[in-house]
Amino acid sequence: MSDSTILTIRNLHAKVADSDIEILHGVDLELRKGEIHAIMGPNGSGKSTLTKILAGHPGYEATEGEVRFHGEDILELAPDERSRAGIFLAFQYPVEIPGVSIANFLRTALQARLEEGEEVDLFDYQDELLERMELLDMEPSFAERPVNDGFSGGEKKRNEILQMAMLKPSLALMDETDSGLDIDALQVVARGINALHEENPDMTVLIITHYQRLLNFIRPDHVHVMMGGKIIRSGGAEVAEELEARGYDEYRAVEAV
Amino acid sequence: MPQNELVEGLGLDEYKYHFITEDEPVFRSGRGLNEKVVREISAQKSEPEWMLNLRLKALKIYNAKPMPTWGGDLSNLEAVLDQIYFYVRPQEKMERSWDDVPVNIKETFEKLGIPEAEQKILAGVGAQYESEMVYHSLKEEWNAKGVIFDSIEDGLRNHPELFREHFGTVIPAADNKFSAMNSAVWSGGSFVYIPKGVELDTPLQAYFRVNQEQMGQFERTLIIADEGSKAHYIEGCTAPVYSTESFHSGVIEIVVKKGAHFRYTTIQNWSNNMYNLVTQRAMVHERATMEWLDGNLGSKLTMKYPSCFLVGEGAHGSILSIAYAGNGQHQDTGGKVVHAAPNTTSQIISKSISKGTGRSTYRGLLKVHEGSVNAVSNVECDALLINDTSRTDTYPYIEIEEKRSNIGHEATVSKVGDEQIFYLMSRGMSEEEAMALIVRGFIEPIAKLLPLEYAVELNRLIELEMEGSVG
Repeated sequence: MSDSTILTIRNLHAKVADSDIEILHGVDLELRKGEIHAIMGPNGSGKSTLTKILAGHPGYEATEGEVRFHGEDILELAPDERSRAGIFLAFQYPVEIPGVSIANFLRTALQARLEEGEEVDLFDYQDELLERMELLDMEPSFAERPVNDGFSGGEKKRNEILQMAMLKPSLALMDETDSGLDIDALQVVARGINALHEENPDMTVLIITHYQRLLNFIRPDHVHVMMGGKIIRSGGAEVAEELEARGYDEYRAVEAV
Repeated sequence: MPQNELVEGLGLDEYKYHFITEDEPVFRSGRGLNEKVVREISAQKSEPEWMLNLRLKALKIYNAKPMPTWGGDLSNLEAVLDQIYFYVRPQEKMERSWDDVPVNIKETFEKLGIPEAEQKILAGVGAQYESEMVYHSLKEEWNAKGVIFDSIEDGLRNHPELFREHFGTVIPAADNKFSAMNSAVWSGGSFVYIPKGVELDTPLQAYFRVNQEQMGQFERTLIIADEGSKAHYIEGCTAPVYSTESFHSGVIEIVVKKGAHFRYTTIQNWSNNMYNLVTQRAMVHERATMEWLDGNLGSKLTMKYPSCFLVGEGAHGSILSIAYAGNGQHQDTGGKVVHAAPNTTSQIISKSISKGTGRSTYRGLLKVHEGSVNAVSNVECDALLINDTSRTDTYPYIEIEEKRSNIGHEATVSKVGDEQIFYLMSRGMSEEEAMALIVRGFIEPIAKLLPLEYAVELNRLIELEMEGSVG
């Protein structure tokens, strides 16, 4: 493990909590500072489960192996502790919080990162929120809307990117951020991720996707293929192109040979 | 998500104002309710004979009426009532300025966390301490406009005709068992009169609390908003915790005359041994508007249904309420609107939160009398359940006698979702912070209508309860 390693996953097995259904059957992965990785795989391959395990979703349970973030084992940490440590999960299905404005929600999230007795400076906060929204091509009024309540698919995903922009994680997990988006919305989201990565080249990004199309807009350094709860192939951006050309079925057949 | 474990740790049921201030009442009636007690109360107040007679008649009605068999569990109430004092007066005279308010009473306010700056902003505060007003000031500009904001006793003493013309007209003693009880033993409360055409920008505020162990609190408030006037009355209260059961039964009568606009806001946070049975009703005349904004926290059982009787053409009534039922608590609340004139409109929005073994009940009555053509009403009740053990029920009674009316009703029940909690935690909030944010979001549509200091106070209460710590 080099000094620049952010996340190390070793022989990770995981199952659905309160059941015997194992989904991850020994995942190994290493992410270094500033890298963009993509994990591609068909439905049911376990790629979303991996992000949920990393973020600490209570519906999943690691049964074997380890996950180290900045060298620390995080599997015993609660989701909020992981978030405060610098892990961000952009949800595939962002959750509605009626009555809570995005501005209020983000202020509460930032407040949670401060020491007891410290308070978010409201003026600085407001300035930064507006500046971040401008970077992401958002109208200021967006921040006054209740979190994800009545949002279109594209708005929900953009809201995830805005949160990422405000919370400034060192590791961003993007769980099928491209799902349910038309090509215009996809480009907007991809531009946002690129802008944030450009602004902070140290941020490590792990993109989970079924399709190659998001990778037309965000150039990954490494691409991994996940099937049956394991990573079966890792390589550069060319792996995504291979997949695109062959499709998962053929790929699966070829890999099986 | 281990939600039950989480909620155990929240300490929502611990009443946060667990303190008692030492003081010595000047006069205390014997325990229980009887004719002697009623006569003593009236004599102590040097009331005119008509009021004594009204009280005695009300006592007879009270004794004749059976306990309600609907609503919450009142099976222990008779025993409770036998043990309480129906009248306690802490001080001989009314206080006029803050400097004259006794130190121990000020301490109580301090413990409630009303900062001095806020006390000054709350100019015109009428603070009801125990059964009587001890502190009562009124802004000079209001005096100049002819506004009356007095204790109910002073109202009777100083404005006998105005008082007698309206007292008991909106809520007669015979309305229900507890309005009869209140009519017999009422003590303390406010008397408010807003003259014709007078509009008040600053709300009239009364802060009061019950502080005498086993003491009943029977405040009576009479408000008259004369034609074309506009005002907002705010009342909030909180009480210390006692080991024995306690009882509160208020009556609030409001007359909103032609073209007037009146809003009554109350946030009540009773200790969780309190039976809180309140009757509050407004008579709303031609083109007048009445708005109830009602927040109920704490108590063992609250039964309270703010009502609007829309008796004049074009009258509008609005009832917005928030109820929070913690462990072992039952909030049986809602609203009642009677449309008795054409072109009347109303809305009821009720939001309840139940946590632990808490139970919230929405009980509403919407009645449209024949001839109330073009009546429009919309009822919405939303319940939020925090735990699997929490409970909510909805009883929306609707009686429509007029076909040419438009009635809407919508009810929702939701549970704080594991995915919601996880989403917020994945942004760095603790489970308690996540829960508090969801609850605040749920009540936001009503909380945003509160005056700023009350909204802040309500948020603070919810945060305190969710965090299980006192600041």
